Amino acid sequence: MTDTTRFIPDRLQSPLERRLKSWETLLLAVAVAIFIVNSFTSPYFLNAWNLSDMTFNFTEKAMIAFAMALLIIAGEIDLSVASIIALASTAMGAAVQIGLGTPGLVLVGLGVGLICGAFNGFLVTKMGLPSIVVTIGTMSLFRGISYIVLGDQAYRGYPSDFSFFGQGYVFWVISFEFVLFAIIALVYFVILHKTNFGRAVYAIGNNPVGAEFSGIRVARVKFILFLLTGLMSGVAAICLTSRLASTRPSIAFGWELEIVTMVVLGGVSILGGSGSIPGVVIAAFVMGLVTFGLGLLNVPGIVMSIVIGALLIGVIALPRLWEKWRT
Amino acid sequence: MLMETDQKSVLASTESEIPVLALNAVTKTFPGVTALSEVSLELFPGKVTALVGENGAGKSTVVKILTGIYQPNGGQIEIDGSPIRFPTAQDAGDAGVTAIHQETVLFDELSVAENVFLGHAPRGRFGLIDTSAMMERAREILESVGAHIDPRTKLKDLGIANKHLVAIARALSIDARVVIMDEPTAALSQKEIEELYDLVEELKGQGKAILFISHKFDEIFRIADSYTVFRDGALVGSGAIADVTEAELVKMMVGRDVSQIFPDRERKTGDEILAVDGYEHPTEFADISFVLRRGEILGFYGLVGAGRSEFMQSLFGITRPSAGDVTIDGERAIIRSPADAVGKGIVYVPEDRGRQGTITALPIFQNVTLPSLGRTSKNGFLKLAEEFQLAREYTERLDLRAASLDTDVGNLSGGNQQKVVIAKWLATHPKIIILDEPTKGIDIGSKAAVHEFMAELAAQGLAVIMVSSEIPEVLGMSDRVIVMREGRIAAELSGDDMTPETLVRHAAGI
Amino acid sequence: MQKQILMSREVLLTGAIVLLLAIISTRFPAFIAPSNLANVFNDTAPLILLAIGQMIVILTRCIDLSVAANLALTGMVVSMINVAMPGLPVPIIIFIAVAFGALLGMVNGVLVWKLEIPPIVVTLGTMTIFRGTIFLLSEGKWINAHEFSETFKAFPRTELLGLPLMSWIAIAAVIFFSVVMSRTTLGRAFYAAGGNPHAATYAGIDVGRTQFWAFTISGALAGLTGYLWVSRFAVAFVDLAGGFELSVVAACVIGGVAIMGGIGTVVGAMLGALFLGIISNALPVVNISPFWQLAISGGAIIIAVALNAQANREKGRIILKRAEHAT
Repeated sequence: MTDTTRFIPDRLQSPLERRLKSWETLLLAVAVAIFIVNSFTSPYFLNAWNLSDMTFNFTEKAMIAFAMALLIIAGEIDLSVASIIALASTAMGAAVQIGLGTPGLVLVGLGVGLICGAFNGFLVTKMGLPSIVVTIGTMSLFRGISYIVLGDQAYRGYPSDFSFFGQGYVFWVISFEFVLFAIIALVYFVILHKTNFGRAVYAIGNNPVGAEFSGIRVARVKFILFLLTGLMSGVAAICLTSRLASTRPSIAFGWELEIVTMVVLGGVSILGGSGSIPGVVIAAFVMGLVTFGLGLLNVPGIVMSIVIGALLIGVIALPRLWEKWRT
Repeated sequence: MLMETDQKSVLASTESEIPVLALNAVTKTFPGVTALSEVSLELFPGKVTALVGENGAGKSTVVKILTGIYQPNGGQIEIDGSPIRFPTAQDAGDAGVTAIHQETVLFDELSVAENVFLGHAPRGRFGLIDTSAMMERAREILESVGAHIDPRTKLKDLGIANKHLVAIARALSIDARVVIMDEPTAALSQKEIEELYDLVEELKGQGKAILFISHKFDEIFRIADSYTVFRDGALVGSGAIADVTEAELVKMMVGRDVSQIFPDRERKTGDEILAVDGYEHPTEFADISFVLRRGEILGFYGLVGAGRSEFMQSLFGITRPSAGDVTIDGERAIIRSPADAVGKGIVYVPEDRGRQGTITALPIFQNVTLPSLGRTSKNGFLKLAEEFQLAREYTERLDLRAASLDTDVGNLSGGNQQKVVIAKWLATHPKIIILDEPTKGIDIGSKAAVHEFMAELAAQGLAVIMVSSEIPEVLGMSDRVIVMREGRIAAELSGDDMTPETLVRHAAGI
Repeated sequence: MQKQILMSREVLLTGAIVLLLAIISTRFPAFIAPSNLANVFNDTAPLILLAIGQMIVILTRCIDLSVAANLALTGMVVSMINVAMPGLPVPIIIFIAVAFGALLGMVNGVLVWKLEIPPIVVTLGTMTIFRGTIFLLSEGKWINAHEFSETFKAFPRTELLGLPLMSWIAIAAVIFFSVVMSRTTLGRAFYAAGGNPHAATYAGIDVGRTQFWAFTISGALAGLTGYLWVSRFAVAFVDLAGGFELSVVAACVIGGVAIMGGIGTVVGAMLGALFLGIISNALPVVNISPFWQLAISGGAIIIAVALNAQANREKGRIILKRAEHAT
């Protein structure tokens, strides 16, 4: 008993030290490496406009990925995000037909996102259903509604000032989308790492029962997370629709998997409880750089998906293999 | 001196035979903890050996080693004198070792018969499971343990006592030479316990070796032939049951005099703070009414599965009651969630610390401040300095031992984890604190600390409800005791009525 | 009474299917003619086969999102073998398909078992890798009807007692796996490992290895279906059966398989598949645009999972004697 000191220090390891040994640092090194390799393999890579174009590969997905990261850290998942984009985009297209202007379209996009998120949240938190099945269901349902509305048609004719969201530049090569991406990243960083709400998200993800027993309103927190994910899907829908200037029901098809991959690559545990926003930001850049770099080398998109898939499994498998090999 | 005579008597009884199963200087360590340190244990055919020890003494670890769940780090297991290894549970079963586990670990969605025979079902044509033979044999075995259950019933439709009997039937369905019974009577009524004793006698008659783990000294002296005592993962004594007294066993078990464990305190209680009236749940409890006063420690005693925890969790807002009222400080309280309960001043220290009490992957300070974040933050933004300050204040009051406040709770010992849970709740300034088995699975030093702290809280005017299955603890700490049986209040005892006999009598329903 | 409780989920679903058929028949009586129902069954056979495999995987608390990609990859492999060696007899082709599919399933299984990577991550990754591999193998080209040998194409259509072999294979699989699941040690281990992994370990069951076998079975069935699919439609390409994994999960959920593991039957999975199969076949007949199908199956998933949750609600410890007798 004499060897334990009466005084307990706050920390043994400084936050900086902890950060240096983290997943995010490793990932950042990977991103830098890819950047360097890319700049050597293609003469077109180190061009400001090309790099600016590159950011469009990930900005919309990353906006959703931040909200998805919180959701996955809290132990849930939303596979319906891409379908929410489709439905929100379809709703905006329909709103154009009845003559709504740009402000109205934005409200419609955000509103549909929120409603879809609320629907998912209701089914998961109020009815106690597993989110993976619920959102596989709503994934079909939301996109299905787009198909019912549009069939094999498309909505076009968006107002010209609507194009700013997906095609506008704020300053030189800095696009509006990129600025929006940066702001959203900052907001989610603060929510997750600097607020009581973020602390509750970690607590719930690590042990939902323990969190509930500690007086956290678990269902309420999860409901808000579904709302946020829906809202971000609405934001992404506005940007994407504006960028494409058209809506088909197949819009953003398969994005949910890329978004989940981005989140997991960013170091968020798919089992919940751990992960960070900086990790997701770096992962977004890594995926953007890989896609862009391979694109410059004329590698077809489907082959990139092999790289992404291998990356997804590899980043989780390699540390575990290393652990196994050591013991 | 005691040890010498014990060993002689063991030698005397073993001259004729070698043990069917033996542990030889077995050690088991986990990162940071030595669960077992060179312990030995011998089981003989037709004999019942009682394994005695406090919670955390290493009894469960021994069971897990004997059944192939854990691998020892040192020493060896011997069957009929020759060494053997149990890499998986299957291997232990094949070697004729079967166990009735403390927690009834079974399969809700499978039928009773499948629960009994999973992994060794009778085979028919093409090697397929012979369902009708399985049902028939399951019925026979269930009858033999006094369980009159249709083997086709799904397990989830059974009550807790019957589930326990199915677990016993499962252990007996394996044609075993060694039967381990880990607190087999914990959830059973007196009638069922008597039937189990008969069964133990029958198994003895069949020449099976039985390892009987129990807290209850009356049953140890009734059915055991020899004893082995563990303390803090080490062997402290063994011998024939006839050569030992209860007092000697207790002394070996705790390593000092028992009478000193409980703090003396002045028992004076204030005005009424909590009144529960007619609390009821469709399947777990019914008709619960009582009052609680400031400065009082109210004990809740009962068998495992008497509905005490279920009721407390309902009072804390985890499950909704179907009827009943709660009045706190004279005002009717509506509690729909733990957050509501905390807001009204009721906090709950659960029995299951790892799952319900703490968030083991988060550091100590975050666990402590979790329900109090509203006080340590500003406009919803975290203020780490204030969090550390609050955590420090309460963990120091509880004399927590840890490397730093940033250490994950999962790395702490059971006793220190419990201190974190209590610190977490005290930081919310509660009026009523419910402690569910507060000293289960923690070492003696922490146990005494928790007891002293409970007394201190009561002295400060907090109302304390303590759920406990340990009679000395209930009697040593409580001002009043409510005994529950099968989901209802069986008796409310105070003063001279609070004796071990009355508690057991009301709890078992004799 | 006991039997009724055990059967209720399947009975309920059969009732729903009969009701569905009755409604369709009021508008289009020819739909319930035996020959048409046989056609519907034959069309649904691939979904039934995959749903059986998926059910076993879900039973063990996993999910296999790679089934459709496995199907497409195996389909491409056997197609290329057929093109290269037109003389190879069909039984050998089938053997190769099953073995190759099982091998792909084993890849999933090993990653889940040995490296303990969450199944959703593993199969999300292998899904994209398998699809990408098809592209690498085929260089993005289609294999069309005229390139296949006649025997290769004829097998699934060959009729036996009035039903095509495709249907017979589905029927055989339903019977075979019903027996495996209810009457073999491995079959019961699937239920035990998913129902209560902790208790399963105590009962001597290696949970990881059980999951490995579940993935292997799912893979083998996907491989078999891969051959049947390409031979029946006489075409193989990268996006073959794209998104079909979600229909497979949907069939399981509608069939009463609990996503949390431990609950589900082969017959249930078959009925779930038939429910979806009937809807997709009936839509054009009753003059509803096929664009409705996605939304309908999404709605069906949500309703089914809500009903499942209602039926499987945890019962607590059942302490009151009267509660035990009441059940």
